[in-house]
Amino acid sequence: MTEELIAKDKEIVVPGELLATGMSFLPSKGCYRQGEHIYAGRLGLLNVEGKVLKMTPVSGRYLPHVGDTIIARVNDVLMMGWRVWTNSPYEAVLNVKEASGEFIPPSSDLTQIYAIGDLIVCQIINVTSQNLVDVTMRGPGLRKLGSGRIVNVCASKVPRIIGKNASMVNMLRDATGVRLHIGQNGVVWMSGEPENEIIVTEAIEIIEREAHTTGLTDRIKVWLEKQKSRIVAFEKVAEEQQPETGGFEGGGFREERGGFRGGGQRGGFGGDRGPPRGPPPRRGGF
Amino acid sequence: MSAIVHKRGAYTARLDGRKNDQMRPIEAKVGVIKNADGSAYFKIGGTAAYAAVYGPRELHPKFMQNPKTGILRCYYNMMPFSGAGERVRPGGNRRSKELSHVITQSIEPVVDLTPYPNAVVDVFIELTETDAGSRCAGICAASMALAHAGIEMKDMPAAIAVGKIGDQVVVDLTGDEEHFEGGATDIAVSVLPLTGDITLLQMDGEITAQELVKALAMAQEAAKKIYKIQTKALKDHYKSEARQ
Amino acid sequence: MNDAVKKHIMRGLEKGVRADGRKLIEMRDISIETGASKNAEGSARVKIGDSEVIAGVKLAVESPFGDTSDQGNLMVNAELLPLSSSRFEVGPPSIEGILLARVIDRGIREAHAIDVKKLCIKQGDKVWSVSVDICTINDDGNLLDASALAAMAAIKDAVYPEYDMETNSVNYSKKTTKKLPLAKEPVQVTVHKIGTHLLIDPLPEEQELAEAQLTIATLANGEICALQKTGKAPFSLVEIEKMLSVSGTQSAELRKLL
Repeated sequence: MTEELIAKDKEIVVPGELLATGMSFLPSKGCYRQGEHIYAGRLGLLNVEGKVLKMTPVSGRYLPHVGDTIIARVNDVLMMGWRVWTNSPYEAVLNVKEASGEFIPPSSDLTQIYAIGDLIVCQIINVTSQNLVDVTMRGPGLRKLGSGRIVNVCASKVPRIIGKNASMVNMLRDATGVRLHIGQNGVVWMSGEPENEIIVTEAIEIIEREAHTTGLTDRIKVWLEKQKSRIVAFEKVAEEQQPETGGFEGGGFREERGGFRGGGQRGGFGGDRGPPRGPPPRRGGF
Repeated sequence: MSAIVHKRGAYTARLDGRKNDQMRPIEAKVGVIKNADGSAYFKIGGTAAYAAVYGPRELHPKFMQNPKTGILRCYYNMMPFSGAGERVRPGGNRRSKELSHVITQSIEPVVDLTPYPNAVVDVFIELTETDAGSRCAGICAASMALAHAGIEMKDMPAAIAVGKIGDQVVVDLTGDEEHFEGGATDIAVSVLPLTGDITLLQMDGEITAQELVKALAMAQEAAKKIYKIQTKALKDHYKSEARQ
Repeated sequence: MNDAVKKHIMRGLEKGVRADGRKLIEMRDISIETGASKNAEGSARVKIGDSEVIAGVKLAVESPFGDTSDQGNLMVNAELLPLSSSRFEVGPPSIEGILLARVIDRGIREAHAIDVKKLCIKQGDKVWSVSVDICTINDDGNLLDASALAAMAAIKDAVYPEYDMETNSVNYSKKTTKKLPLAKEPVQVTVHKIGTHLLIDPLPEEQELAEAQLTIATLANGEICALQKTGKAPFSLVEIEKMLSVSGTQSAELRKLL
């Protein structure tokens, strides 16, 4: 029996495409085996690591994961908290106990804390097998967001927009003075001079389009240089805490943590979600 | 245009000069509707379809939710000016409801929506112009749009109409062929190219079992060719993104 | 929309900067492609920025309406397709879709874009009915003006199908080269009011923020042939004058494209 890799590493592959032949290859998330062959089970970027065939998404809606820091919007005020939109098919609940470090008396008017329409940076602390989601506002960097502009991006591109060790987002901020919060759910909040916000938005569009290529950070650096004449004077902005994704350079994306599946396995950990695990380990870049 | 005189029952050459197993020219693109989570355009001869995928997203009303898996909903619609004859009144009719249903069922076997319990993946198919084979073009577009949307699927369905005109078994009938005086049998088939499995099968007309099997085999071959075109459309989309 | 986001957009407008860098009275890139749907008697695809619509014209021979027995019939219909935005739901036309169709209908009908008397075949008995259907492909704001432009372009593109008077049958597969009897060419521009700012060709977020709008249809000679105000906020006379001036300039630009 022949052992042959048919598709190429870092190649975009489509559902049903033959990737490899032979029993020595191992299909990981997004790939499946049928007899001697391994096929792609979705559209994505193929990552070949030795004999392991992995797939990184290049599209698709966000699905909530424990530990993700997201930008959510308050949709409803409940008896014991709030219901928030997460840019996914699943709303999340922010329980009053998780709303703040301070004690909130039971008779409080919750709309005074977060009102419908408010944008918040929160962290996901629990996702059940039915995709019921809980979030918290207690943690460093979690807060209500003020006046700013919202841009939606594909969630799978977020690590590229943040960059390795936040290199990309810091570069954007330093060049334009625009404050940026990037939710792992693909919601981006920014605030700065209107002209500079446009430049940041354009940069994000380029990153989204070319997320599956290499050398992107350098290309953006060069592009930003060319925009110097369009940039309007601004006050230097302090660094903001960015979600821990380990972002990275070089063609790949966030490592699959159970990929973008709701129920079902969490690749590597296997099985059902179970109890909340707290923030995930920091993923290295690749 | 009927330059060839046919004796009743005989069909010696196709009206547009194609070979029996030859499809009309095909044009396929993805990413044509920015608002959608996935989108595609598929044109074969004079039949053109858009497909847009929105989802997975929240499903209302709640009683329709399935706690074990997301559900797929395909909607087929012809634009009022798309048909070969009179204007088609907008809004669904019985035909479009039936086609929506069979199209959904033809795609369900190949998608995995278990990662999205209680949610829905909506696929909207709109025909901008038609010359037979519209439900098939719709499936081809929907297939690419679902892949573009990042939905997990083992294969990409490819659909084509095959049939018998006079005494010839052919692939990809035109509207004129469907109405051929000598008699025409029109069979819409959707195939999963990898396995050859058939997920949609509808027929109007008469045919022997042998001829039917021959026609279906031709459909499977045509589906493989369509799959290559769909694959190229998806890959080209990402090549062009990188180039800009 | 969240107040903080509203405030932020207003801040940009104060500076005269929109989210995509345009000035308040600047339109995005526009393209018109006729013959977008081969079966239709006339059709056009219009793109304004990333907004895209297709309009198609179908003709039929029918009885005239009772009170206009010597005139053809004209109907403008619009579908805000769920394909084009998650905002649009499956089902019967929403008020937004109905308004869009009626505003465009008014502009075309009242301007006498088509000389409906020439659509008469036999008075009281047979006339041509012209149906214009607008279908949205992608909604990135300003479907209203994109649709009006598409409808007009489709009407200009339209030709009669073959008609046999003796058998009273239309042969849709054979089109003649005879165009519809066009009389005037109305061009529509909608001006939106956000706070004290007037702008045209809004993005979806600007549309949401707009407190009121005035749709103005203008003829080639500069005369106004239709008006429609929607939205809650009132206009001062000064504002209306400004809006007329803006639409006058813009419609002349759009007319060049038709």
